[in-house]
Amino acid sequence: MLPYTTFFILSMFIGREVLSKVPQTLHTPLMSGSNAISGITIIGALVSAGMVGGVWAKWIGVIALIAATINVVGGFMVTDRMLEMFKKKPQDV
Amino acid sequence: MFSSGFTAGAYLIAAILFIRGLKKLQSPVTARRGNRLAAIGMLLAIVATLLDQQILTPAEMIGGLVVGGFLGAVMAKRVKMTGMPELVAAFNGFGGLASALVAGAEIARMVEQQIGFGDPRDNTGAYLSILVGMITFSGSFIAFLKLSGKMTGNPIQFTGRYIVLATCTAAAVGSIVWIFLGGDMVSLIMILGGLSLILGILLVLPIGGADMPVIVAFLNALSGLAAAATGFVLSNTVLIISGALVGASGIMLTRVMCVAMNRRLWHVLVGGFGGDSDDSSDGAKQLEDGRTITSTTPDDTAILLSYARKVIIVPGYGLAVAQAQHQVRELADLLQEHGVEVKYAIHPVAGRMPGHMNVLLAEANVPYDLLFEMDDINHEFESTDVALVVGANDVVNPAARHDQTSPIYGMPILDVDQAKTVIFLKRSMRPGYSGVQNLLFFEPNTRMLFGDAKDSVTDLVTEVKAV
Repeated sequence: MLPYTTFFILSMFIGREVLSKVPQTLHTPLMSGSNAISGITIIGALVSAGMVGGVWAKWIGVIALIAATINVVGGFMVTDRMLEMFKKKPQDV
Repeated sequence: MFSSGFTAGAYLIAAILFIRGLKKLQSPVTARRGNRLAAIGMLLAIVATLLDQQILTPAEMIGGLVVGGFLGAVMAKRVKMTGMPELVAAFNGFGGLASALVAGAEIARMVEQQIGFGDPRDNTGAYLSILVGMITFSGSFIAFLKLSGKMTGNPIQFTGRYIVLATCTAAAVGSIVWIFLGGDMVSLIMILGGLSLILGILLVLPIGGADMPVIVAFLNALSGLAAAATGFVLSNTVLIISGALVGASGIMLTRVMCVAMNRRLWHVLVGGFGGDSDDSSDGAKQLEDGRTITSTTPDDTAILLSYARKVIIVPGYGLAVAQAQHQVRELADLLQEHGVEVKYAIHPVAGRMPGHMNVLLAEANVPYDLLFEMDDINHEFESTDVALVVGANDVVNPAARHDQTSPIYGMPILDVDQAKTVIFLKRSMRPGYSGVQNLLFFEPNTRMLFGDAKDSVTDLVTEVKAV
């Protein structure tokens, strides 16, 4: 338990250091992009969904897998769509 | 469960890619690459997991991936930029649900394979994951309904809400304690899940439209923390690291939003502040001391704008409602052709989520280097000929500076009153979400241009062309 808690706290600090410099302009893509990363829970869902033996565990896992995949695929795609729109002023203006 | 060195290595690389990707979000130039880097990290983690497991029942795994991937892709492709706040809320909710369910599946596995739970305290991560994940899910769902207009954006409050809230919280904590004391795991977990759903609903129902940026950021933080809690359940470091990163991001955004409103998170969660401005009632056009407002017309405004040296546009939620971003860009282009310097001033809480205005204006091809944050542009209003306020009100209300009785007192604002002329594009005299009268309307250098923001700006474009 203790090493995991260490990982958790250190990662929070890394997150704070890296993310406090994100400009206001990119706050929405930051939210949707980081939200897609929180879909990492998908790897837990994969294991549950692929499990043999437990019927309940498996089907709860399948629903979790669908929800997590929506989160991951949708999140990264919509963030990409948004970021594509952020353009600099053309040089000739 | 996640033992092999190969998988551990793949997870480590995935975590590094997430951090590198998030770091690239510090600049709009590299942001897109950063997002793709994070997506590659995710793909790597998924492929490694698939290879690591002896795939005994691939149908369910592939089926889940295909169905979820299809639904997510359709939503991401179909959404209009104006619908972005509710989509972000919805994705948040799915993330929270997934984390809670994975924890639930792990409990179910222990029951079904008769592994036994050992010390009930060893599964604390699972209880927390279910609690936080389910709150995120139902809370985001209500936020989605409110943001998409399927439910009123006004605060929904009922008598006894605090009692219900306190009872549910106590019962949720109580059920975890009961598990510790050796109560029946399965039924108590179900009760905990149900109570968490109710808590999420109770949490978001009383939140008014204006506080939405705070609550959307807060739910974002919760979805990350739920993933991290699930990481504790599965003893999986990549989940813990990623969840903590997302949690940190959400907490940071929540703080930025609270500071920009001069409100504490606690006060936001208590709720009841600020509904949607539906313009159903109208405010006074004359003050008690006899001061009145000055209305103006599109052609007068067009002349003023065309002969200005410098114009700053201040967009607010009204711009999003009217979807006037393309017309605003057209107007700005025209003015630039006339030799006018045009900039945009964005208040951090303008709109319904962090960065809402920036996304809308980016959609309309407004270059991001014309958008300025509050602290970077406030000193420029002094040297500005016209401040054009499109659908914003409280974020420019000088009462926030000096009126200690005002509910928005202390909120940092855009200093549009320093400009030579201020033009408000508004539908009516109705006050902003705070319900506070904006005395700036009655200043001699203020002009009111009434009407729907989109129609008004379209008229302005026509008139400027005619100048």
